[in-house]
Amino acid sequence: MTQASISDPAVAAHSAPPDANRGFRLPTHWLGVAPFFIFALMFLILPTLYLVVGAFQNNEGQFTLDNITQLFRDASIRDAYRASIKISFWSAILGALAGLAIAIAIVRGGLPGWVRSATMTFSGVASNFAGVPLAFAYLATLGRLGLVTVLLRDVFDINIYAMGFNFLTTWGLVAVYLFFQIPLMVVIITPAIDGLKREWGEAAATLGATQVQYWRMVVIPVLWPSFLGTVILLFANSFGAIATAYAFAGPSLNIVPIKLYAQIRGDVLHNPHLGYALAFGMIFITGLANIFYIWFRTRSERWLK
Amino acid sequence: MKGSRFWAWLIFAVGTAYFFIPLIATFEFSLRMRRGEYSFDAYRVVFGDPRFQETFAYSVTVAIFTIILGVALVVPTAYWIRLRMPHLRPIVEFATLLPLIIPAIVIVFGYIRMYGSSSPLPFLATARGTDALLVIGYATLALPYMYRAVDTGLRTIDVRTLTEAAQILGAGWITIIARIILPNVLIAVLSGAFLTFAIVIGEFTMASLLNRPAFGPYLQNIGANRAYEPAALAIIAFAITWGCMSVIQILARFAPKSANRPN
Repeated sequence: MTQASISDPAVAAHSAPPDANRGFRLPTHWLGVAPFFIFALMFLILPTLYLVVGAFQNNEGQFTLDNITQLFRDASIRDAYRASIKISFWSAILGALAGLAIAIAIVRGGLPGWVRSATMTFSGVASNFAGVPLAFAYLATLGRLGLVTVLLRDVFDINIYAMGFNFLTTWGLVAVYLFFQIPLMVVIITPAIDGLKREWGEAAATLGATQVQYWRMVVIPVLWPSFLGTVILLFANSFGAIATAYAFAGPSLNIVPIKLYAQIRGDVLHNPHLGYALAFGMIFITGLANIFYIWFRTRSERWLK
Repeated sequence: MKGSRFWAWLIFAVGTAYFFIPLIATFEFSLRMRRGEYSFDAYRVVFGDPRFQETFAYSVTVAIFTIILGVALVVPTAYWIRLRMPHLRPIVEFATLLPLIIPAIVIVFGYIRMYGSSSPLPFLATARGTDALLVIGYATLALPYMYRAVDTGLRTIDVRTLTEAAQILGAGWITIIARIILPNVLIAVLSGAFLTFAIVIGEFTMASLLNRPAFGPYLQNIGANRAYEPAALAIIAFAITWGCMSVIQILARFAPKSANRPN
């Protein structure tokens, strides 16, 4: 019987049509997603690839690593990357810690319900309030005539500008970036804290754990991947940000996105391929950050059911 | 327990101060235009400025086209992935996340190099073409949020049964997507649309590098040249963002809560 069905041409022909049919229908299947993939290819992948390939070419179109090594040799570019990484790193770390504290306070602190909903609503707004208007808000607050500057000077006799305060320093920008980094952390981490089940606390208490042991051995290990993942997301978020810093200082501030902006505007590096390398460096750093993010994310999802 | 509540209130109070002092200070600053007394002069100047009206109208138009493009791109794709090609989901999701990995300034840099006036696809040769490229660029920026919103919406409806029912009644694909799927995920689509609007309306980098007369570059220009108007504009921008987020929250209340199917 088995042998017959293998050798029998009639049976073989019978089983063929569904296969042939599927093979024939495949193109129409793909038609449904074709517009999306063409769009992604034309307006996301190819333009990026164009810059990446350009970063490894010289003016004659030959392969070279000169542009990449130039990123490290050129003191001004090196400083720009250093400043950008420093700003992004500290605004991510501080934003994540402050955001975590706020999230824990509103979820676990026994505060009334309206505090939580108000905080979540405000965080949604503030995490999207970036760019040029954010710079205006800070200039109106801590600028030379800003409310806080004037109050500190007239009431407390503290002149922050005499003390060397300046927005255009690493810490000045970190303080400003925290205005959208902290709320973003609150928005992302609150569901993770909700995921800490009450039963775990009770189980720990039943087994005789102290509050400190419960935090050290249950809460922190469970939250750790989400926390690190979000830190990385915040890092990438501020690494590509340009509008706020540009509104403060125009093209003079030496951070990577502003340098790239000036390069696109007027080839200030006098080498288009070095400009591509600058862009490649940005993608490399945010890409690396996101690989870690995805990795932490898949680890943290195990607990958030 | 009592101690932890004290700390929670303290953290909440410090956070509130950190976020509200700049907003209050900005509002106070925006009222100072007339010497010696508070007035809404700065707002009057801003709203009366023809450049404000032009750039704002331009950005609203661009935002609307961005939303249309985003919906037209994302709804059929997310639908098709859910219905027929679930194995492609990771690839599509990865593609929608790319704009979070590739900074906007890099994307627009690529556009400028690829679609210049001497390229095979010279978007940048005409003003209309550049407008189109700006809309496309914004659609990529909004892609992660739009896709996430629509996909969540699709999860709450029974895509397969709706599709089969419509097919039995003789509906074609375009009818199914436009008249069955879209109305069913309308709330999710609208949430994505308002978030897109909030992102696009004051966007600076792409508009500035493509030299379009949008609201973001106008803001930057005012900031460099005026004293009190920027504060008024910051308050206006905050109000717009707040408005968009409030609409999204209100919409969420109408959204279906649980999935009909566990997929």
